[in-house]
Amino acid sequence: MVHAFLIHTLRAPHAEDSGLCRVLYSCVFGAESSPDDPRPHGAERDRLLRKEQILAVARQAETMCRLQQQASGRPAADLQPQPSDEPVPLHEAPRGAFRLAAGDPFREPRTAVWLGVLSFGFALVLDAHENLLLAENTLRLLARLLLDHLRLLTPGTNLLLRADRIEGILTRFLPHGQLLFLNDQFVQSLEKEFSAALPR
Amino acid sequence: MGTGSQSLTQICRVLTPQLGPGGSVEPILRCFNLTDDSVTAGRGGAGRAPGGGGMAAAGTERLLRQAREVRDEELGQFCARASALLRTEEPGPEAVDALRRLFLIVAATKYGRKLEDECVDLLQTALGPPPRPEPLQLLCAAILRETAPRPGLSLSCDCVQSPRQLSLVASVLLAQGDRRQVRSVGQRVFQVLESRQPEGPSARPLLPVVSKVASLAPGSFREDQANLLSKRLADWLRYASVPQGPAPSGGFFTPRARQPGPVTEVDGAVATDFFTVLSTAQRATEDQWLNVQAFSMLRAWLQLGGPGAPDTDDRSEQEGSSLSVLSAAASTGRLLPPERLREKAFQYCQRLVEQSTRRALRRADADLQKACLVEAVLVLDVLCRQDPSFLYRTLSCLKALQARLNGDPACVRVLLPLAQFFLGHGEAAAVDAEAVCRQVFGRVPAEHFHSPMLAFEFVQFCRDSLPLLGRHLGLLRRSFPGLLQLLAWNSPALTAEFVALLPALVDASTAVELLHALLDLPCLTAALDLQLRLSPAASERPLWDASLRTASCPDASQDPQLQGRLQHLLRTEASGAPERLAPLYPLLQPMAGCARVLQCAEAVPTLLRAFFSAVTQFADGALTNQLARLLLERSDSLYPVPGYEARVHQCGLSASTWR
Repeated sequence: MVHAFLIHTLRAPHAEDSGLCRVLYSCVFGAESSPDDPRPHGAERDRLLRKEQILAVARQAETMCRLQQQASGRPAADLQPQPSDEPVPLHEAPRGAFRLAAGDPFREPRTAVWLGVLSFGFALVLDAHENLLLAENTLRLLARLLLDHLRLLTPGTNLLLRADRIEGILTRFLPHGQLLFLNDQFVQSLEKEFSAALPR
Repeated sequence: MGTGSQSLTQICRVLTPQLGPGGSVEPILRCFNLTDDSVTAGRGGAGRAPGGGGMAAAGTERLLRQAREVRDEELGQFCARASALLRTEEPGPEAVDALRRLFLIVAATKYGRKLEDECVDLLQTALGPPPRPEPLQLLCAAILRETAPRPGLSLSCDCVQSPRQLSLVASVLLAQGDRRQVRSVGQRVFQVLESRQPEGPSARPLLPVVSKVASLAPGSFREDQANLLSKRLADWLRYASVPQGPAPSGGFFTPRARQPGPVTEVDGAVATDFFTVLSTAQRATEDQWLNVQAFSMLRAWLQLGGPGAPDTDDRSEQEGSSLSVLSAAASTGRLLPPERLREKAFQYCQRLVEQSTRRALRRADADLQKACLVEAVLVLDVLCRQDPSFLYRTLSCLKALQARLNGDPACVRVLLPLAQFFLGHGEAAAVDAEAVCRQVFGRVPAEHFHSPMLAFEFVQFCRDSLPLLGRHLGLLRRSFPGLLQLLAWNSPALTAEFVALLPALVDASTAVELLHALLDLPCLTAALDLQLRLSPAASERPLWDASLRTASCPDASQDPQLQGRLQHLLRTEASGAPERLAPLYPLLQPMAGCARVLQCAEAVPTLLRAFFSAVTQFADGALTNQLARLLLERSDSLYPVPGYEARVHQCGLSASTWR
């Protein structure tokens, strides 16, 4: 199952210093159960830890993406949305995976799968020994849905204030972090349901 | 829905009369300045300007900063506004808008934000009956999850009947990190699942909750409950409806529009057997949906879904058992899932393997077929470990599959779990594990080093297979040159993995050749780049460094000496006889400055340290000295990457201290 899904910023591969990696959205599916800590500030600390774990994953994904972009010699202009009707070629988008050892940063060992599209990074944090091919397909699907339904290619839209739509997509396509074996017909069905429930 | 600025005006109109004396509009307005119009920046035309992405990033940065800078008093007032909107009879777009902003405010910072109790209560109430609009409920759940863990949450799933609402409430409760709460969510979901009417609301939202509960707190379900769930899963897997065209007799009074369409395979042919995730239906029925979900959660359920001792944290045990060849039952003391479910699971996997021979009409379905194959192999592996009597039937199925996939480069990722299966069960089934390994190690890295996902999975496969290799470990060791191709091409992603793998790769017979190979790693990167340029694979984008245009790639094929050395560099098996690669350096000189080579050069010192650390575990003083000397000698005959020689020389100086 998926432990967390996140969207983060991607900086241009050759940019000198254009700020920090920001987590734009994150959703954790079920908390790692904390060691028994009934002290009142335990809750604050748990939340802080959770946010920092997600940020750590985002930073590493962003670094990996940037290094991969540099290595393949892709120009920085790839990060800008090109105003055309052609769908963004997600099968060729930079992607990868890395292992997260136990304790670093999650209590359990996990694996992260990431995908870079324009200036957005999408990542899944998986339980160890998940079906990586399915995870990769799912991540590509989520990225496509988010790009389409949040109109991320249109200048002026910002996903920071669209959490309901992101949640609507996750509820259907990654419910409680369950990776689903959805063939094209089922995907279309769910998309129709989503468009009906959350019209633009 | 309205734009940000329109709702801002509406909210201001609601707000202004309610401000007390001395309250200024400014602080609250600032809350509502979190509009996305700040991003448009009046660029007018389409975003071809080079700074386009930069402006969007600046807008995002500004929004995040604004959200973080909202002061506590402002937040309190904002909560009051949101509460007022939530209390209305039918909360409309303004309520959704307010909740979107509230979500951003709490999510934008890693430090806790204090939400007014009344607001939190209303958020919880909104999740229960009567059903509110979906966007509203989604945001309420999201805000409550974002601020979790929250002691004193009054939210409970005891009275929630609707599966969709129960799923939302569950998402909040499961985020609290309290194992008892997880168990009680499991119990409630089970109750609702069992008591639901066939014509009632769909049970679809509940299965993922069952799966999540089982994974967060194994043993949440009693034996009788787990057995009942297993029975349902088996039914959904095997007996989902497959109507064949127009319905017979009973269909006369049912309008055609409500008939589920005929079920087809992914290649368009009419379905020949029971429904699976690779079957397509025009309008899917409830049980077809449940079929998809049941398979999606099957492997985890087989491993974790059984009842067990309620208070032990044995998840890590389960993780370990997915690697071990011992039966899962023996290692955890947990009861096996019922035989009926296991049998249906087996049949399902067999059917998937059969369905994967079809040529999918859509690319997404072709991708799914491969993912299904991987899953089928993984599930069959679990089944065979739980009950070796499945082995005979599984082997014939999987051997045929392997033969079919061997020549197909598109299916290379399926070969890895297959190989792991044969390694794991080879002894019991008299499979030639060595042949399997030779095929995998010999060809896969050399042909697919440029695929980042495969490279990662391959190294994982090596690490996971270590306990299974036994007497075939020597084969892995001798295959290190092929593995190094993966590392050379994907050094940032794989260096840490290789550091962990090195101790298993090094032994007295390979140490010298391996050290040479590590020192020649950047040279290997350049050679792989050259190889790709000279014989490009069919791909939409160039796989080599696109920023480096070599006007004329020097052709090595004219000089047999150079050709020979190039082949040695690109070998996939240890040769036992190191060769001088310096004659290749002029040929590869154009690539010396490109990013991929530089990245690799940066990774080498780390690898050298790990190498020497591994060597000192088994080597005697003589070998270690020989290696340290070799390192120093080689440090002035390296592929000329800027800065590389200095770094290696530095390593060489400290190598003698790595004991």
